[in-house]
Amino acid sequence: MTTIIRKTISVRSVLGRGAAAILASLAFVSHAFAVDIRTVTSDKGITALLVEDYTVPLVALAYSFKGGSTQDAQGKEGTSELLTNTLDEGAGEIESQAFQERLKDNGMSYSFNSGYDDFSGSIKALAAEKDEAFELLRLMLNEPRFDDEPVERMKASRLNGLKRAETNPQAISAKAFRENVFAGHPYSRPADGTLETMATITGGDLEDYRKRVFARDNLVIGVVGAISEDELKAALDLVFGDLPEKSQLKDVPELEIATGGNIHVDFATPQTNIRFAMPGIKRDDEDFFTAYLVNYVLGGGSFSSRLFEEVRDKRGLAYGVYSYLGTYDAGGIFGAGSATRADRAQTTVDIIQAEIKRMAEEGPTAEELEKARKYIAGSYAIANLDTSSKIASVLVAIQESDLGIDYIDRRKEYLEAVTLDDAKRVAKELFSQPITVITVGQKPNAG
Amino acid sequence: MMTRSAKPTRFFAACLLLGTAFSTLSLSSAIATTKEASQASAPVKIGPEVTSFTLDNGMQVVIIPDRRAPVVTHMVWYKAGAADEPPGKSGIAHYLEHLMFKGTKTVPGGVFSSKVAEIGGQENAFTSQDYTGYFQRVTPDVLPEMMRLEADRMANLVLDQEKILAEREVVIEERNQRTENNPGSLLREAMAATLYKNHPYGIPVIGWEHEINGLTKDDAIAFYDQFYTPNNAILVVAGDVEADEVRKLAEETYGKVERRAEPGVRQRPTEPEPRAARRVDLADHRVRTPSFQRLYLTPSYNTDEPGEAEALEVLSEIIGSSTGRIYRSLVIDQKVATSAGAWYQGGALDHTEFGFYASPAQDKTLADVEAATDAEIEKLLKDGVTAEEVTRASSRIVRSAVFSQDSQSSLGRIYGGSLTLGSTIEDIEQWPQRIGAVTPEAVNAAARKYLQLRRSVTGTLVPGPTPDAQKEG
Repeated sequence: MTTIIRKTISVRSVLGRGAAAILASLAFVSHAFAVDIRTVTSDKGITALLVEDYTVPLVALAYSFKGGSTQDAQGKEGTSELLTNTLDEGAGEIESQAFQERLKDNGMSYSFNSGYDDFSGSIKALAAEKDEAFELLRLMLNEPRFDDEPVERMKASRLNGLKRAETNPQAISAKAFRENVFAGHPYSRPADGTLETMATITGGDLEDYRKRVFARDNLVIGVVGAISEDELKAALDLVFGDLPEKSQLKDVPELEIATGGNIHVDFATPQTNIRFAMPGIKRDDEDFFTAYLVNYVLGGGSFSSRLFEEVRDKRGLAYGVYSYLGTYDAGGIFGAGSATRADRAQTTVDIIQAEIKRMAEEGPTAEELEKARKYIAGSYAIANLDTSSKIASVLVAIQESDLGIDYIDRRKEYLEAVTLDDAKRVAKELFSQPITVITVGQKPNAG
Repeated sequence: MMTRSAKPTRFFAACLLLGTAFSTLSLSSAIATTKEASQASAPVKIGPEVTSFTLDNGMQVVIIPDRRAPVVTHMVWYKAGAADEPPGKSGIAHYLEHLMFKGTKTVPGGVFSSKVAEIGGQENAFTSQDYTGYFQRVTPDVLPEMMRLEADRMANLVLDQEKILAEREVVIEERNQRTENNPGSLLREAMAATLYKNHPYGIPVIGWEHEINGLTKDDAIAFYDQFYTPNNAILVVAGDVEADEVRKLAEETYGKVERRAEPGVRQRPTEPEPRAARRVDLADHRVRTPSFQRLYLTPSYNTDEPGEAEALEVLSEIIGSSTGRIYRSLVIDQKVATSAGAWYQGGALDHTEFGFYASPAQDKTLADVEAATDAEIEKLLKDGVTAEEVTRASSRIVRSAVFSQDSQSSLGRIYGGSLTLGSTIEDIEQWPQRIGAVTPEAVNAAARKYLQLRRSVTGTLVPGPTPDAQKEG
């Protein structure tokens, strides 16, 4: 494929817009995103959100099935993850290698992703080649072969990864986190599987999972790019129209998080991994945005947060320090972390804990809250709306969390409604809970 | 943040961030987003209308419009990287990159970052062997301020002794996180140090720990004064902007910065013709699965005889990709490996590498995968590649290039990276045609010329004793 590329070295006609015009366009474009989102429903009743845009000759499609690793059968942990590696290993009449070649010749990029609560995917195709891309996606979602050879090959690669994870400080810490903080809940099961469970997964297990999870009542879709409404309707029917109407999902109980106490995993490595956990907040909680702002002030901001300031900038204790709110279907968690040399690990733990305590007691200042509000309001477009793939993912996220088609516009109102009193109250509620501290590394005095 | 990895990821020559490029900010702080598992990510079809010109003080400006969203990516690239460091001062290019966030004569530390955060923008910086870059992704209304602040720190950096000592500790922790905590990284570091006997690419971008510990404020300022000058920098603005407007702003901001130095031609010590195959074996208690790697010294897009880099790029697709010869032979047919592939990283000012990697399957050994890799290479050198393989590979590479249009950041990186590595805008634009013109003869000639054991380092990573046992031994 050859594309004609033009380049101007000379100055173009003097039609440059002033800053005011740029601002006007900003307002216009942000607004335009919301206005331009359309709901498209196909003949077979598949619904997608569409942003039609012909600026670049590409089509991006993202989709998500509610499901995820919580739907792995007992003793078959890792099934959903393994599925992400095997859907593209042959489908219909086409065996693994031939199928891979056909994918590569089409040139589409595609991904599959498994989380706790969903199995999602995306494609990005050249507009001129989209029919073939949709056909390939149809094959992968509807008729994957799961032949023994590729399934065993992918398992071997996964098993290698699982072995490597045994000595990766971050993975060790993530395991301790999951097993302790999520104890007793399906989220505590190893989403990646274990050496034992991965070894037992068969093509039949993958197909069983696919049949239970890939359905139409638990599916959301977002599409962006050079595709008309009619073309999309046909594509929706082709790719998703023959999936079963109803999924068969196991119920996932509400998450009850038990935190408090210290967990240390002794492991000879030069840098100690540090992690904190506390109960968090759900996405549909009315205080979600308040908590989000408070967390930004504490450790959510990149070059500007209390943790960045205290741990990295002032003291040079670590390269990375962060905090976050994890929101899942069954519950929410607050997490924070860093990594530093063994002899400085305790100091780092103490400083982070002191900052969490200070946030509980004092909350953010009015100035911090304003800064956070501005950042969170502005970052959405800058981080999420600049490529068609990212916009497609946003369209999926909006539907998954049931935020409403006007969410992009309304988000700012939600942020503006948060008061300093709200922030102090939520900070107190959130950060006064018992905290779990997990460290993976050498004991400070072990030399 | 980019890392050089022995993965079958393809990089467009030009976008390539040679060597490990380090960023000021840890990405571990970013909470997981979706995996972008694009299978082919070679960008090339370039934005609609690229404008380029040079300011009176010698600073090059490239403007790439993308009006789809109210976002603009503003980047400044300096033609100075780790390979330009004075001997004994390894890590100073990267350390300076961190220190560039500490404030200037008129703008206290943290103010620039606050301005970015205030509107929800993103920022970071990165260092490679060949360049150092700084960027912000912001809304167009604050672009003038970003340009003013970035121009200011090109000439007016102020370093406070206490702050710079704390930041040196940050860099040590960054090294711990990236390298010391990861035996695979330690092997890569050791292999590069062995492949390059004379050229500074053998020294890690982040620096050797013992040298980082000795870096001072004077070292940082000396590097800054030598290289941070408008005539050694490239401004890239990609996004929702009008070229004329950016030109005016560039003249008002960067245009006012005086030339501070004349860095001249970048001439690093070069490699002698390699004579001896070398081996590096690293044993570490943290290794659970052994792995094999091979690096061959090759030319880059900037140092090759015309067409060689393109031929090596096509070769890497033919033998190295997920449907390539190596994977098919070692993983699918012979089942000696669980993973295997090859890659070529064409973007470098000087030499670069063609690499192979493999992990043995259960019951197979490193010797098995090495022998199988050698057999494939031997077959390649003896029988060559077919015309069909070449056509298919070139078309895949070129086709995937269109995807770069979807991301202004990718476009910015392609232009900034390529131009600092000696390409011209014409080179970037004609890259798809050059890939399309690669012949089987060119691929075979490049393979036979460069895939010779005497040009290589073979590395293995194997399980080792625990540190305590080592002490006793």
